[in-house]
Amino acid sequence: MAHTSIHTSQFCTFYLDKLLFGVELKGVQEVIRSLDMTKVPLAPAVVSGLINLRGQIVTAVDLRRRLELAPRPADMLPMNVVVRSEDGAVSLLVDEIGDVVEVEEDSFEPPPETLRGSVRTLILGVHKLNDRLLHVLDIEKACQMTDVVETAAAGR
Amino acid sequence: MDDSDDIVKEFLVESYENLDRLDRELVGLEKNPEDRDALASVFRTIHTIKGTCGFLGFNKLEAVAHVGESLLTRLRDRQLILNPEITTALLSMVDAVRQMLSQIETAGQEGERDDSVLIATLSRLQHAPEAPAEASAETPAKTKTKRKTRTKSAAAPVPESAPEAADLPPNIGDLLMQRAGVTAAEVQLAAKQQKEGDPRHMGEILVEHGAAAPADVVDALRVQQSSRGPATASDSSIRVDVGLLDKVMNLVGELVLARNQVLQFANRMQDTSFLAASQHLNLITTELQAGVMKTRMQPIGNIWSQFPRTVRDVALGCGKEVGIEMEGKETELDKTIIEAIKDPLTHLVRNSVDHGIELPEERVKAGKNRVGRLILRAFHEGGQVNIEISDDGAGLNVERLRKKAVERGVITTEQAARMTEREIFNLIFLPGFSTAEKVTNVSGRGVGMDVVKTNVEKIGGTVDVQSTPGRGTTVRVKIPLTLAIIPALVVTCGGDRYAIPQVSLLELVRLEADEVAKGIELVHGAPIYRLRGRLLPLVYLNQELKLAADARPAKEQDGAVNIVVLQADERQFGLVVDQINDTEEIVVKPLRKQLKTVKTFAGSSIMGDGKVALILDVLGLAQRASVVTETRDRAMTGKVTEAAANAGEKQTFLLFAGPGDSRMAIPLSTLARLEEFPVAQVEMSGSQWVTQYRGQILPLIRLNVVMEERRNRLRALQAPPTADSAPIQVLVLHHDGRSFGLVVERILDIVEDRADVRSASTRASVLYSVLIGDRVTELLDIPAILGSADMSATATQPGLARAAEVTN
Repeated sequence: MAHTSIHTSQFCTFYLDKLLFGVELKGVQEVIRSLDMTKVPLAPAVVSGLINLRGQIVTAVDLRRRLELAPRPADMLPMNVVVRSEDGAVSLLVDEIGDVVEVEEDSFEPPPETLRGSVRTLILGVHKLNDRLLHVLDIEKACQMTDVVETAAAGR
Repeated sequence: MDDSDDIVKEFLVESYENLDRLDRELVGLEKNPEDRDALASVFRTIHTIKGTCGFLGFNKLEAVAHVGESLLTRLRDRQLILNPEITTALLSMVDAVRQMLSQIETAGQEGERDDSVLIATLSRLQHAPEAPAEASAETPAKTKTKRKTRTKSAAAPVPESAPEAADLPPNIGDLLMQRAGVTAAEVQLAAKQQKEGDPRHMGEILVEHGAAAPADVVDALRVQQSSRGPATASDSSIRVDVGLLDKVMNLVGELVLARNQVLQFANRMQDTSFLAASQHLNLITTELQAGVMKTRMQPIGNIWSQFPRTVRDVALGCGKEVGIEMEGKETELDKTIIEAIKDPLTHLVRNSVDHGIELPEERVKAGKNRVGRLILRAFHEGGQVNIEISDDGAGLNVERLRKKAVERGVITTEQAARMTEREIFNLIFLPGFSTAEKVTNVSGRGVGMDVVKTNVEKIGGTVDVQSTPGRGTTVRVKIPLTLAIIPALVVTCGGDRYAIPQVSLLELVRLEADEVAKGIELVHGAPIYRLRGRLLPLVYLNQELKLAADARPAKEQDGAVNIVVLQADERQFGLVVDQINDTEEIVVKPLRKQLKTVKTFAGSSIMGDGKVALILDVLGLAQRASVVTETRDRAMTGKVTEAAANAGEKQTFLLFAGPGDSRMAIPLSTLARLEEFPVAQVEMSGSQWVTQYRGQILPLIRLNVVMEERRNRLRALQAPPTADSAPIQVLVLHHDGRSFGLVVERILDIVEDRADVRSASTRASVLYSVLIGDRVTELLDIPAILGSADMSATATQPGLARAAEVTN
């Protein structure tokens, strides 16, 4: 992944429940404002719906749910971080967009042992920034739905 | 004629491409004669051209390609080593082929030409492994320059071919004289040299003599080419990356939405010029959208067009006679899907000819036409494309398949005994499974059917095989449309829109508020609706999709209920939705992998306002609502009785209650309409009851009168309708070009039954008693009824005539 051989890497950052997360910039297609969404009944709960991204139908994944965080307040409109996954574009719904940050390789640490549940499989590790921690998200895992069901079942 | 024109055109485009590739490959081969792959590719290309020529009846072209192919065979088998001379000869063959193609394109036929020199050269090379030194006198370096020119001068006429038409382009010598200052003497010298047997082009000879610069020759060739008139087929069509088309298509979709917004805005503006401009934008966008949609879709006929040739080849190869028929050639499929199913379909077609259809003698012995029939059929159904390949051959042998499967250890004896016929048939898709008696070069090696299955499944399709011994086999391939336009009904439920593919749609029923309580009944808690006497199970979309927590509030504000009557797997059910919007042509977009597990949706689509709507998978929905499992069971039992009965066709009957509540039936096919008339509308014409019906006088036959004992009949016949009685139920029938109404007590049901358990009738007007739906039912003899009723409205019996108002 990003932290293996290169010295610095760029991350597109965003906030979820006041925590700072980041995905590798090269995996991000675009960032857009909240769009009209169509619910998908019977779909996994983490799927918020489908959005029309200039004629392309993209699945929107609620990252708060995916990361088992508190639900987003009803009055907060999510932002779309559209990432390129193996299975085409997927939109990750986040609270707020942060800066693009450049981090050095050696600020990276694997996730702490105490991190449990499905979250552990999603977070590659953290970068220690000056004032806070940047949680690095695994794009592929975040976009996988089947995994959710399994881990959720296993966690119980 | 149009068809064959299309084939020729396609052949030309394909061949031009192939020839271009041949040029490149031959050149590459000369540099590296050991490149087996390149050699194989060259061989294939020539082989393809040869094959198609033969099929299209271009014999001269075929003759040339044939010697070239023979030569290449020897090269491929390493009996010959590629040398410059051979390369040259092969390239001249490419040139000759190309000339003939352009001739075919302009004139529609090969024209008069003599390729005997070329053919002789090619055959000589093939038979003389040690090429004579004098024939390959040119040094390789020279050959190289020469070949280069030759490739470029591909379209120039070969010197030895006589001019075929007066409008041929100016010859190269003249052009060079005009443009490059080559003297006439030099041209004449070159021409003389050509006559003496120099096989090279005029341009080449002149370059060799130093009379013209290679650049001049190329230039002159270009002039010559451009004077050739209309663009060739290869100029008028290009290949475009499908990914690019996808992108363009998406953008056009966006443009449509932007256009819609502009139009809405324009309606609020007073500016007429802006209004005109936006109307213009509207028109252009619509056309653009239609055009782009079309680019990606191709009729399946494009790949089918090769099958007549395939069938002919295979049939010839195994001594069979087979005719091919195609239905639904125009069925459009996504380009990528067309490409993906080409090979599986080809294999299935070959297989049908090789295995399915019997030898002519066997067919005659079995009482069939000696020419076997192979039918290809394609059609859209339920958001899928069905492709059927049927033959009228011997069919699959269940017992042999069973035995073979056990022998091969694919299944155990117990399993084999338990398996249904259909399961046994589908064993042919297992790897390494072939029941062919002998292995041919076409099929029977046990590879193939499993590959077909794998390839079809790769694009999300399914393969199924059905067979009747002695009657034939049908292989049905169902493939989804990843990107296809289907008509759909758009409904609203829980505030979101859903699209229902039109193919599953039977009808729409709207129950007004006051009809709801009466119309929707409960059978053991399950809601049903009586649709023309049939019980239609109801499925509430908001419940199935878990949109609403509370039970079935799927009503409009005014309390009306909308029922969409759908068909899934031969079973009907009513889907209750909040609102029925409209029918629209929608572009089906597949769901992402993340949502593939949700079986109730077949895909998604973008609506006119830019929002996404989900497309309901009717079968998935029916399964979820357990509407369909029941059918499966019923179909099963149906099959068993079918096997037991083993004869007779199913017929649809209208069941009704006759006089004295007896259960009676007529074949549905004889019925025109069901009507209900208030008694007040019944009038008398003589002793005949009549009514005005659709601008005509419809004689009414009262079944209770016809069936009445003779002595009571007169009295009954004369009885006028009593005004206060309930409306009469009338079956409107057509017989012998006349219409009449049959008055019955009650209409019961419409059922499908074999009705083959019969007993002789006990009374007139009844054909026989049959078992329909396990109950004894009398089948009416309509001609007999007509006879006994003596119902020509005009021919009333005088003795019985009464004073009656005759209408009109």
